[in-house]
Amino acid sequence: MTESTQTQDINSLASDAEGFEDVLRAQTSKLKTLVDDGDISAALDVISQLNQTRDKTLYVEVGRLTRSLYESMRNFQIDCGDPESREALSTIEDASDRLAYVVDMTSKAANKTMDLVEETMPYASEMKSEAKQLKSEWDRLRRKEMSPEEFRSLATRLDGFLEKLSHDSDKVYENLSSILLAQDFQDLTGQVINRVTGLVKEVEENLVSLVRMAGKVDQITGTVHEISSLDEDNIKGEGPQMNTEKRDDVVSGQDDVDDLLSSLGF
Amino acid sequence: MNKDMKILVVDDFSTMRRIIKNLLRDLGFTNADEADDGNTALPMLKTGKYDFLVTDWNMPGMTGIDLLKTVRADDDLKTLPVLMVTAEAKRDQIVAAAQAGVNGYVVKPFTAAVLKEKIEKIFERIDA
Repeated sequence: MTESTQTQDINSLASDAEGFEDVLRAQTSKLKTLVDDGDISAALDVISQLNQTRDKTLYVEVGRLTRSLYESMRNFQIDCGDPESREALSTIEDASDRLAYVVDMTSKAANKTMDLVEETMPYASEMKSEAKQLKSEWDRLRRKEMSPEEFRSLATRLDGFLEKLSHDSDKVYENLSSILLAQDFQDLTGQVINRVTGLVKEVEENLVSLVRMAGKVDQITGTVHEISSLDEDNIKGEGPQMNTEKRDDVVSGQDDVDDLLSSLGF
Repeated sequence: MNKDMKILVVDDFSTMRRIIKNLLRDLGFTNADEADDGNTALPMLKTGKYDFLVTDWNMPGMTGIDLLKTVRADDDLKTLPVLMVTAEAKRDQIVAAAQAGVNGYVVKPFTAAVLKEKIEKIFERIDA
């Protein structure tokens, strides 16, 4: 076997990081034998071949990593060349717009509901206070404490009340069904959020596979990363906590808060 | 408890401010103003002679916990009663708020009854 075919053989074997490891393992014993036999020139040849293989594998892995990076960016339509078109094309930008739409829809629905509730509440309190007054008048009538004039006035008032009641309860009914309809945002925002959740999952999968590829480059170059643990501020506000029933560091409701505070002397 | 007392409601979401103001009005408190974060609230508190502060925790700009700390560190404001109404429910956060001198802590989502009870408790203790 000639020198050049042997190099080719090694190179074709070591097309990726795992292949390079196999070659490294195979050549190590050969290298040791050559050094032990005192054939330094042949040993140096092996070392230089190994170096070449390592370089070549590195190029292949970096090439793969770059290609995946570009593919991921194209998948999410992030155009790295042209910042002008980036805004219009990016999937992430689109997802942000969609979430802004959710905020807008939920806010509109909440305000519409509150408008209707505020409009309806006075009807309820008027009905209550008028009914209460009429009841006490009615009780007087039943106790026969009422003069005929007073009774006539009560009858007129009762007439007016019943008429108003029928009109007002129509209004209350109408407002209640508008409140019901104002909840239709749930369907639309639900669909939007599900889409964005899908996108986030996809981005995560892509990132994980990119990190995996970058790991192969690290393996060949022998780079070891020191990953410092993230210093998390434990009292930083983060919005509503999820899965509270499974977490020990989160209270499960107002009763828990009260217990905690009273244990602190509140 | 003085029903005419001046209240500042601080929350970054206008719907939540509206809900809290509505509940306060149902409880008879009609004199309430709004601010959307600590930075907006602080100058109002300094000039507005408020009697009671209701604040969210998580807000852009100045957060509720920082607002509470700033209030407690200010000679003119340090005795102002503060009720936290927030979605933040970590034990460490509640302890931190207590240490910072909060007068009451309500976790969202909450009911009108809980809000009423906490406000009454705060002023019972102050009036006692």
